[in-house]
Amino acid sequence: MTDQAYNFAYLDEATKRMLRRALLKAVAIPGYQVPFSSREMPMPYGWGTGGVQVTAACLVPEDTLKVIDQGADDTTNAVSIRSFFEKVAGVATTEATAEASVIQTRHRIPETPLHAGQILVFQVPIPEPLRFLEPRETETRVMHALEDYGLMQVRLYEDIARHGEIARAYAYPVKVEGRYVMDPSPIPKFDNPKLNMSPALQLFGAGRECRIYALPPFTRVESLDFEDYPFTPSKAAGQDCAICGASGSYLDEVITDDAGGRMFVCSDTDYCATRVQEASA
Amino acid sequence: MYVAVKGGARAIANAHAWLDAARRGDRDVPELGTDQIREQLALAVDRVMAEGSLYDPDLAALALKQARGDTIEAVFLIRAYRTTLPRFGVTLPVQTDKMDLSRRISATYKDAPGGQVLGPTFDYTHRLLDFGLAAGREVPPARQADTALDPAPHILSHLGGEGLMQAEPEGAGAVPDLTRDPLEFPAERALRLQALARGDEGFLLSLAYSTQRGYGRNHAFVGELRIGTVRVSAQLPELGFDIEFAEIVLTECESVNQFQGSKTEPAQFTRGYGLVFGQSERKAISMALVDRALRAEEMGEDVSGAPAQDAEFVLSHCDNIQSSGFLEHIKLPHYVDFQAELELVRKMRRAAGADAVPDAAE
Amino acid sequence: MIPLLQVTGLSKRYGAHVGCADVAFDLWPGEVMGIVGESGSGKSTLLNCLAGHLAPDAGQVIFDTREQGPRDTRAMTEAERRWLARTDWAYVHQNPRDGLRMGVSAGGNVGERLMAVGARHYGDIRGQAQDWLSRVEIDTGRMDDRPGTFSGGMQQRVQIARNLVTGPRLVFMDEPTGGLDVSVQARLLDLLRGLVRRLGLSVVIVTHDLAVVRLLADRLMVMKDGHVVEEGLTDQVLDDPQHGYTQLLVSSVLHV
Repeated sequence: MTDQAYNFAYLDEATKRMLRRALLKAVAIPGYQVPFSSREMPMPYGWGTGGVQVTAACLVPEDTLKVIDQGADDTTNAVSIRSFFEKVAGVATTEATAEASVIQTRHRIPETPLHAGQILVFQVPIPEPLRFLEPRETETRVMHALEDYGLMQVRLYEDIARHGEIARAYAYPVKVEGRYVMDPSPIPKFDNPKLNMSPALQLFGAGRECRIYALPPFTRVESLDFEDYPFTPSKAAGQDCAICGASGSYLDEVITDDAGGRMFVCSDTDYCATRVQEASA
Repeated sequence: MYVAVKGGARAIANAHAWLDAARRGDRDVPELGTDQIREQLALAVDRVMAEGSLYDPDLAALALKQARGDTIEAVFLIRAYRTTLPRFGVTLPVQTDKMDLSRRISATYKDAPGGQVLGPTFDYTHRLLDFGLAAGREVPPARQADTALDPAPHILSHLGGEGLMQAEPEGAGAVPDLTRDPLEFPAERALRLQALARGDEGFLLSLAYSTQRGYGRNHAFVGELRIGTVRVSAQLPELGFDIEFAEIVLTECESVNQFQGSKTEPAQFTRGYGLVFGQSERKAISMALVDRALRAEEMGEDVSGAPAQDAEFVLSHCDNIQSSGFLEHIKLPHYVDFQAELELVRKMRRAAGADAVPDAAE
Repeated sequence: MIPLLQVTGLSKRYGAHVGCADVAFDLWPGEVMGIVGESGSGKSTLLNCLAGHLAPDAGQVIFDTREQGPRDTRAMTEAERRWLARTDWAYVHQNPRDGLRMGVSAGGNVGERLMAVGARHYGDIRGQAQDWLSRVEIDTGRMDDRPGTFSGGMQQRVQIARNLVTGPRLVFMDEPTGGLDVSVQARLLDLLRGLVRRLGLSVVIVTHDLAVVRLLADRLMVMKDGHVVEEGLTDQVLDDPQHGYTQLLVSSVLHV
């Protein structure tokens, strides 16, 4: 069988229609997890099958696709997913955040602010923010339906009681439009504020768990906290990017030698490269 | 300039070329044909078909070859292929009582109409390595009976006549389809059986074993285990009659389990059911035991919280493509999350005054 | 004044077995109703039906809600029932493990109900949890410890604090002194009596222990085989039992 044997963007049209229905429902009820009939994809569960299905359902031939993992365009899984869509959809690809119409991401939101008309597709491993408080799906669905979120707050209370602060660095839970508690996927909490009132459409796909959820443009997204322990989108203090000198971006720590030497560089490779280019121009 | 993550595309291409070479192995050894795999590693092929939930021995053999013999990887290849196939329709239920038997045993009756047929079994072989196989010993053809076995009725149907075996209710409406609808709970039995049929053999084996050791015990006997060929047919509306279009090998197990009776029902036997593509009796028996364990609540039995009695637990974790994918995804980069954790731990250590202790790395 | 709880014709069967049959009573604000009987008498079934944990086959459980006045709790939605369960109602289990989150600190356990109804100020939540823990005589220095490190009596007191922190108007108690040593029981009873009187709580308490109801209950119902065989003021029933079964029950225990 050759690649031409597959439909545009791999999935057959009936499957895409099913996905789009789920996406529409998700957009209509921001933060609500819509069950969908996830397909087996040619990459393993947990490697972005949900995001890939959502992207496949959104793509049209005119789209320009950007794929990042850990903020970077050239991490292996990002490369793999981008080449998958180049092969099965033939769409243009880019590394420039501003030029992309669809961006599939794992674990980051780009530093460059998104604009209206863009779609950001998140890969989600565990869509249920209550999962580790209550393992049962039947029970967590009832908890969401009844807005029974006391237990979630207890978890944060326990963090402060034990550690003096909310000890969650990523996948930091948010409340959407004052209603549903949502897992923003394992983005660092540094990225949480970017979810709020974003002009872009944000879609979340969890393939193995068969759930899709969404944040329509300009949706209110608040990170859970206490009045006297407000949410802070922190990152390593006092470090700038060693490559581009950016002070306000999220940084990866890179170990440079076996003597404990380290440096900090932007996790968003496009943002970093663009800044370097601009500086040398 | 040190940049850790550049060169992803080239690294992937090189790695995959290496994989191709490693798959081929020593080129002085003749290459394995998929027909050889299909014929001589038939039980591996059967397992790939069962867990891949696609009955095609040639594709399963190809998947095994491509996966270098890694069963779960082969199942994955088959699943990813299967998902792209158009669906023409739904077959009629196969008639396992009309099966052309190659094996049929019962642990509950010494003899019954149709008899006990051992078939091509490992049972009662001594597990001694046969060095003759390594030396290329010629295997003489097995003696064949003059006539084929007659189809035999299910053993448990003899119990049903006496009212000793609980009758299975006719399913209402269409059978749910796990591959077209998301799994949602509570899951009815038809859906549970579907999930178990494609579930991981090792996982089901362990769960079934746990019921035998008291974690959700239900006193199972193998009422009947049968392996053989059934005909697959479908109703074609255009033609107005049923058309037989395939023959497939199935393994079926019906367990007989005690049931104490309840306020509304007298004591009788109940059934656990297992049905698997190909020859795979370990899987079929495991499936029957787990199916029965999952009926504990329906039977009003003491649900002790044993894993095998918990449908959400069993169904959410029995699929080896889901579980292996998610397990292995932790190989993917998690720099960002780890960086966030790193900063949090450092901050908490600072707050606790632990930064006075010299960091070993510095 | 109207009754806080009006129960009429409440019945629950398990197949052919009667759980409880045709139970009716009124509970007035500030009143403590004791339900006694041996195990299997139906008292726990009754309590679970009252608290909405079990669906009765027939009958009504009408609760005088704050906003809407008397309402049949069986006709409420699950959302309304759960809201009631974490605001105006409380349920003290016999085994504290059933009523506590064992993986959460004592303070978190007490604070949970506050957070469930919207409290979002850590300092306030902690302050109230501290206050309630000290009211049930738990050393507040241990509020960040998990209940698993506490004795049975302490766990039971944490469970009581967790239940009372939102100021419930109706408390269900199922053998609250059940699995405890006699000396621990006495201390807990004393504490409970103090809290009930001081807060003017309305309580339905189920027990097989006549000493518990003698101390706590204003009125008493005696159950046997799912039926209420006798009811009246506690002292009256215990000192002058009319029904043969009650007489047997009273005479079989040492004087309290």
